[in-house]
Amino acid sequence: MIKIENLNKYFGNLHVLKDIDLHVKSGEKLVIIGPSGSGKSTLIRCMNYLEEPSSGTVYVDNQELTRKNKTQMAKSTSAMVFQQFNLYPHMTVLKNLTLAPVKLQKIPADKAKEIAMEYLIRVGLADKAEEYPHTLSGGQQQRVAIARALTTRQKIILFDEPTSALDPEMVQEVLDVMIGLSKENITMVCVTHEMGFARQVADRVIFMDEGKIIETGTPEHFFKNPENERTKIFLSKILH
Amino acid sequence: MTKLFSIRRWMQLFGDFDQFLAGMRTTLIVALLGLLIALALGILFGVLSSVKIKILPWIARIYVEFFQNTPLVVQVFFYSFGLPFIGVRIPDLMVGILGVGLYHGAYIAEVVRSGIEAVPKGQVEAAESQGFGHIQVMGYIVLPQTLKITLPPLTNQAMNLVKNTSVLAMIAGMDIMYYAKSWAGNNGFFYQGYLSAGLLYFILCFPLTKLTAWLEQKAKQVPSQKKINNGMEADV
Ligand SMILES: Nc1ncnc2c1ncn2[C@@H]1O[C@H](COP(=O)(O)OP(=O)(O)OP(=O)(O)O)[C@@H](O)[C@H]1O
Ligand SMILES: [Mg+2]
Repeated sequence: MIKIENLNKYFGNLHVLKDIDLHVKSGEKLVIIGPSGSGKSTLIRCMNYLEEPSSGTVYVDNQELTRKNKTQMAKSTSAMVFQQFNLYPHMTVLKNLTLAPVKLQKIPADKAKEIAMEYLIRVGLADKAEEYPHTLSGGQQQRVAIARALTTRQKIILFDEPTSALDPEMVQEVLDVMIGLSKENITMVCVTHEMGFARQVADRVIFMDEGKIIETGTPEHFFKNPENERTKIFLSKILH
Repeated sequence: MTKLFSIRRWMQLFGDFDQFLAGMRTTLIVALLGLLIALALGILFGVLSSVKIKILPWIARIYVEFFQNTPLVVQVFFYSFGLPFIGVRIPDLMVGILGVGLYHGAYIAEVVRSGIEAVPKGQVEAAESQGFGHIQVMGYIVLPQTLKITLPPLTNQAMNLVKNTSVLAMIAGMDIMYYAKSWAGNNGFFYQGYLSAGLLYFILCFPLTKLTAWLEQKAKQVPSQKKINNGMEADV
């Protein structure tokens, strides 16, 4: 579903991604872990062209992702959930959810509203449909953001540290939504340090350090016998 | 003091007040049309400033820097006395409209630009990740929020623009200040002439100042948006 070949990314002189090769299968749940600054965000943002690769190729749904088709691909294939939620603050929750379906996918307004309400029910926030985002808690905002990503019914959802900006007591409500989502045939790529979540849903975990993928395995592998020295050090910090 | 409170002088003023009203009419026309031009230019160049195609922000930069860093009087004198040398003659009224329009357009461009930049980048990325193109992102996400945050500095600009129309007096532009000057000069009644002019400008500007304050108050009640600078002062 996502195939990355020889991907390099520079920010000026900073070599952030180094010869990355990665193949995410259709329906796979992939978790990316690694220390701060290792390039996790940059990698996942190359998957929908929010970052432009310096060299190498990204294929999404068997098509090469380019500057030309990035908007089209975003419209038809992938959705993203951000650390900072990034809801549209001047629109109600419902309007946040229906904007793309109505304006981009040309779904009639009442039909889009119906779909949006379905997903709001799913994330447990149907009663907030007419509220503005700033009246919601962080956890609620992130659940709305996930619902927004779902309403366009894409094959791929990218999560970049969806729970890192949340107060601890709100993390689980968001993870629960994501766990629910993982039961579907959707392709999920998720940057997160929630190893409990990884253990529960991930088919595969990759560990990144200094712009490279240096260890790949099942969640169990990372819990029981991580091989690389840096992986061990990193895991010892996040697993207590 | 006797001159200030001379009943005869004030009676004379009221007798000639139609001149001041004629001046007010000119000032209003120049201010309104000037504001329209300033808004059009300001929005155009403000949006251009934030486009990714490098040449367009450059053009906007040149416009803004040029008109912000030369005095309005010099610009107006140029339209009025300089352009005729190359065969371009512009009626005085038009000089006033273009003068304040071009000048304040540069300030409004900066207000619009900082209003666009005040919308967090994450929202733009969220919209891009949903498949919205540049123009749609601007139209649905950025500009509606820009409008809200820029309203107070924009009304502030409108107020400064009204005051700055008084530059017209220097090229005999038939505005409030021009009539005040000529009436005061002809009669030698300077207190009465300039106080009336001040009062008329005050009547035009005070509501705008109040409106600015009210809009600022309202803007404060909308959380989660960064503050922007209140449009730099733009007096002659
Ligand atoms: N737009 C940018 N311009 C310049 N440097 C950048 C930019 N974005 C990221 N970087 C740098 O690239 C490196 C990798 O950043 P990235 O955000 O991908 O790391 P990360 O693994 O997601 O880290 P974190 O866990 O802190 O989110 C860092 O050194 C960062 O400072
Ligand atoms: Mg990151």
